[in-house]
Amino acid sequence: MRKSLLISVLLAAALAACSNNAVKNKPAAPVIDSSSSSQAKPSTTAKDDGASTAVANQNGAEGNPLKDPNNILSKRSVYFDFDKDEVKAEYRPLVEAHAKYLVANPNAKVIFQGNADNRGSREYNLSLGQRRSVAVKKAANVLGAQDKQIETVSYGEEKAKDCKDETCYQQDRRVDIVYENE
Amino acid sequence: MLNKRLFILLLLLLPMIAKAELTVEVVGGAAQQIPIAIVPFATQASSAPAQQDSLSNVIGADLRLSGLFRVLETRGVANQPHTLSEVKYSDWTSIQTQALTIGAVDSLPGNRLKVSFRLVDVLKQNQLLAMEFNITPAQERATAHRIADMIYEKLTGEKGVFATRITYVNKENGRYSLQVADADGFNPQTVVSSKEPLISPSWSPDGTKLAYVSFEKKKPVIFVQSLLSGQRIVLANFKGNNSAPAWSPDGTKLAIVLTYSANSQIYVINADGNGLKQISFSNGIDTEPEWSPDGAFIYFTSNRGGGPQIYRMPSNGGDAKRVTFEGSYNVSPHLSTDGKLLTFIKQGPAGFKVAVQDLATGQVQVVSDTTQDESPSFAPNGRMILYATSIGGKGTLAAVSVDGRVKQRLKDTGGDVREPSWGSSLN
Repeated sequence: MRKSLLISVLLAAALAACSNNAVKNKPAAPVIDSSSSSQAKPSTTAKDDGASTAVANQNGAEGNPLKDPNNILSKRSVYFDFDKDEVKAEYRPLVEAHAKYLVANPNAKVIFQGNADNRGSREYNLSLGQRRSVAVKKAANVLGAQDKQIETVSYGEEKAKDCKDETCYQQDRRVDIVYENE
Repeated sequence: MLNKRLFILLLLLLPMIAKAELTVEVVGGAAQQIPIAIVPFATQASSAPAQQDSLSNVIGADLRLSGLFRVLETRGVANQPHTLSEVKYSDWTSIQTQALTIGAVDSLPGNRLKVSFRLVDVLKQNQLLAMEFNITPAQERATAHRIADMIYEKLTGEKGVFATRITYVNKENGRYSLQVADADGFNPQTVVSSKEPLISPSWSPDGTKLAYVSFEKKKPVIFVQSLLSGQRIVLANFKGNNSAPAWSPDGTKLAIVLTYSANSQIYVINADGNGLKQISFSNGIDTEPEWSPDGAFIYFTSNRGGGPQIYRMPSNGGDAKRVTFEGSYNVSPHLSTDGKLLTFIKQGPAGFKVAVQDLATGQVQVVSDTTQDESPSFAPNGRMILYATSIGGKGTLAAVSVDGRVKQRLKDTGGDVREPSWGSSLN
């Protein structure tokens, strides 16, 4: 199971390597994406560099699968129903893809950031956001992602938009998947 | 030249920007309001600082804001008394007032002021109250609030809350600041400010400290800060979230919420940050602890039965009993100081509203006319409930009487205001 996973990742890497991106992305240093750099942990652990050269090279050569818009791994948000923390069936493939990535890249680390819409209690929403991030973590754990790879955090409704309708509220009820150094 | 002018203009504006205050307006009022006349206090012109708010204006504004008084215009009365012997009762029965307040401010040596006031029953023609205060000029406003409290208590039989303080969080230009202000919104002071969210301020019972949650360490951590010295300690910075602090009535402990075990559970911790003990053990969210006034119980929000409801358990742990039964979403419990009423936020067809439950009968009444309400807390006298809401997309504070009749809006000229809590008396 794990083996086939690794192979598929390698395959994806090989395919991506054919594209022009290979040249552009030559410097394989970790790319800090400015859009989410505020979430990046200040302590970038140096030990990872040596241990994960293989992965880094793959990613560097192919263009990062986490950033490839055609790759499901570029999708980073799991959405929830009001006052619910169950991961809905439609988001299972997304969570599975990230779990598999974590299994294939044991040095990769990720933060699941839980959020709630801005209705009701801020404290309850803080707890609810936490439950949501833990729900995604548990789903990833079942598929083999390790506890040490996953951190959960909740912003409650503190990052919520100023919404007036359900279409907007549902955008705020989510867990964002943010990798270390992103 | 232009720049210089602009600079001077900015300098002139600065004090106004720094003092973005809440202004209070009343919507609605009690069915029967007590008519009262307040004669401007006699002052020696030389001693009065150039301030727009005289004592009598502040007293009148306080009483009007309570919704229980009709403050009458007194300028039409030719004879303006300042002492009891100067009162001509027929002047005051003719404008149909029941009560009359008179007084004077005199200079004392050492830049001090003597404030004297009397409350008179116009119909019975007798004096109800007489009091003198020896104060510094800076205490004038606080003294006016104290006089308003005395008048309020004499005429309604309940304690006044004009000489109390409130706390709230103001979000403006991407910064959060925790403020403490007088109950009428004046004298706002910044306790702490941060570019990360601040939530859940909680008053120590003696009113000298605030516990609050700050995200400045990129996750929720609980601080306790002295309002006298400004010094603060980290009360709780455990793995996961640290939030929802609530002081025990004796001020020695706080109930807090940790996600140490991944799920939000309630713990009790000493006020110095030692002696952590878990008291709730459920598979659901347990949060928003609130002590009963006798310290025996903790009320809290839990979704252990599905949706969030309010429960109660012994404050040293033990079995929880469900308290709210109407509706599928009831959160943010707060108790009146006599422990008889529970206020909370209830989701109904019309949105999220402030509700009041009589704990003896279980009867629930929705009292607010707004629809995005949060964080209700009782005034110390249990008559009004202060809460946060959103009007026109902007966070605003509002207050409503427990019977829903009197409604106030506290408008801030600047930012987005939220997370209010009503504290104890001034000083």
